[in-house]
Amino acid sequence: MSLIEVKGLKKSYGDVHAVRGLDLSIAQGEIFSLLGPNGAGKTTTVEILEGFRTRDAGSVSVLGFDPQTRGHESRIWRNRIGIVLQSSSDAGDLTVIETIKHFSCYYSNPRNVDEVIHSVGLKEKEGALIRNLSGGQRRRLDVALGIIGNPELLFLDEPTTGFDPEARRAFWALIQQLRTDGTSILLTTHYLDEAEALADRVAVINNGVIIEVSTPAELGGRATSQATVQWRDGDSIKSEKTDNPTALVSSLSSAFKGEVPELIVTRPSLEDIYLEMIGGANE
Amino acid sequence: MNKIPSALQLGIRRGALEIRQFARQRESVVFTLLFPVILLAIFGSVFKDTIAPGVTFSQYFVAGMIASGLVNTGFQALAITIPMERDFGALKRLRGTPMPASSYFIGKAILIFASMVVQILLLLGFGVLFFGLEMPTDPGKWLTFAWLVLLGSACSTALGIAFSIVPKSGRGASAVVSPIVIILQFFSGVFFVFTQLPSWMQQVAAIFPLKWLTQGMRSVFLPDSFATQEVAKSWETERTAVILLVWLVIGIFFSVRKFKWDRD
Repeated sequence: MSLIEVKGLKKSYGDVHAVRGLDLSIAQGEIFSLLGPNGAGKTTTVEILEGFRTRDAGSVSVLGFDPQTRGHESRIWRNRIGIVLQSSSDAGDLTVIETIKHFSCYYSNPRNVDEVIHSVGLKEKEGALIRNLSGGQRRRLDVALGIIGNPELLFLDEPTTGFDPEARRAFWALIQQLRTDGTSILLTTHYLDEAEALADRVAVINNGVIIEVSTPAELGGRATSQATVQWRDGDSIKSEKTDNPTALVSSLSSAFKGEVPELIVTRPSLEDIYLEMIGGANE
Repeated sequence: MNKIPSALQLGIRRGALEIRQFARQRESVVFTLLFPVILLAIFGSVFKDTIAPGVTFSQYFVAGMIASGLVNTGFQALAITIPMERDFGALKRLRGTPMPASSYFIGKAILIFASMVVQILLLLGFGVLFFGLEMPTDPGKWLTFAWLVLLGSACSTALGIAFSIVPKSGRGASAVVSPIVIILQFFSGVFFVFTQLPSWMQQVAAIFPLKWLTQGMRSVFLPDSFATQEVAKSWETERTAVILLVWLVIGIFFSVRKFKWDRD
């Protein structure tokens, strides 16, 4: 059964058609990443799924529930999801542990506060006031507040903006652990390497519709696209696109009688493919 | 699966959290709790006359200060801080949790009531010690005082939450809210004797709760003989209760219907 099911979703702001007939299906237990340039309708879509915005047309089901519904039903639904928003800088006068403890009382079956603090790597900072945290530490607190309710589904919006590379790696490990523990995750990100490292499937959204859904390795025909072979020949760097890189490398190897100087074989990165896709769609 | 906690339960938790947060903001604690005392010190030192036989200006002024304390601490503070919380994204984050809106409102009401109690204790203590403030002896007056503070802070909280939808941003909130409160204070007889104000001012003031709170507080702190000097020649206690209740309902209605959790 799919966790999120969207059909024919439409949303306009005045004359601007932000989302124009979008379909999406996300399975239980996967990390699904939504990619797209600013203004593509990504945020609008996610905010509709999160129950922050109403839709103009189409059907939306998240955990079998219409996010647009209000009242007690909506509380029961929110009890099962977690949301990590893009930025929040509130409650600077509370400590990390006070805040997490307080949020835990909103839910019927919260995770253990201490465990959550450990898992986001804030153990040493648990007694610190939020206003004294660094940007990355604040972000990890945001994540802690998103997962404290033990959600079945977690929305992650640009989670690692402003992280240093080491913190990002640690964060990715945390997200993978959450998935292993059974949480499904909808990730929106600008970082293609992040989507590649985490997502089971990615969807590219542009001009208010989904243009492709695939695994990161196969997106845009990436797995079967031409490889680029690059090497040094005397003073110059040469490169060649080919469908048969192995054959090319072996012929180079015999030409150089062994080691090919500065040999690199690449396939297009997810970023290359992505840029090509949204560039093509914009023309 | 456990049940999700009730709105009231979470409201009380939020109240405790709000108080803890407030207590850590030293500047606003000092300002909110001591400002009325400072004003009493200034006005009490400047105006040493009696305004009626046996009624000092300080006695009159304390009634006004408690009433306008209710408006400052509730309406003004909330109408300024809630837009800031909204700008910070704090409200949107709360919206994404199973916490119901009513719990948030209850938490604010608890915070406002608690800080009113402290503020009133400080003001009365200071008034008695330094400005010859006389406390009422009639238990009936204390009863009036109790319901006025309760209803007044509930009304002020509800209207503050409702008005928080007006300022576009936290930054501009103070510029929108403060002038309203200051004008109301002048019109409602907080700084001047109400009956000496032009009648159009009195009539404008009579629409809003502050005039009635101030008059109600006068009924507690001034001798009953002073009632004849009111505009209506009486304390109009029942009318005060009705008008405050009407404003409370208006405040709750707009808070529930129109509250904005997000910037746009």
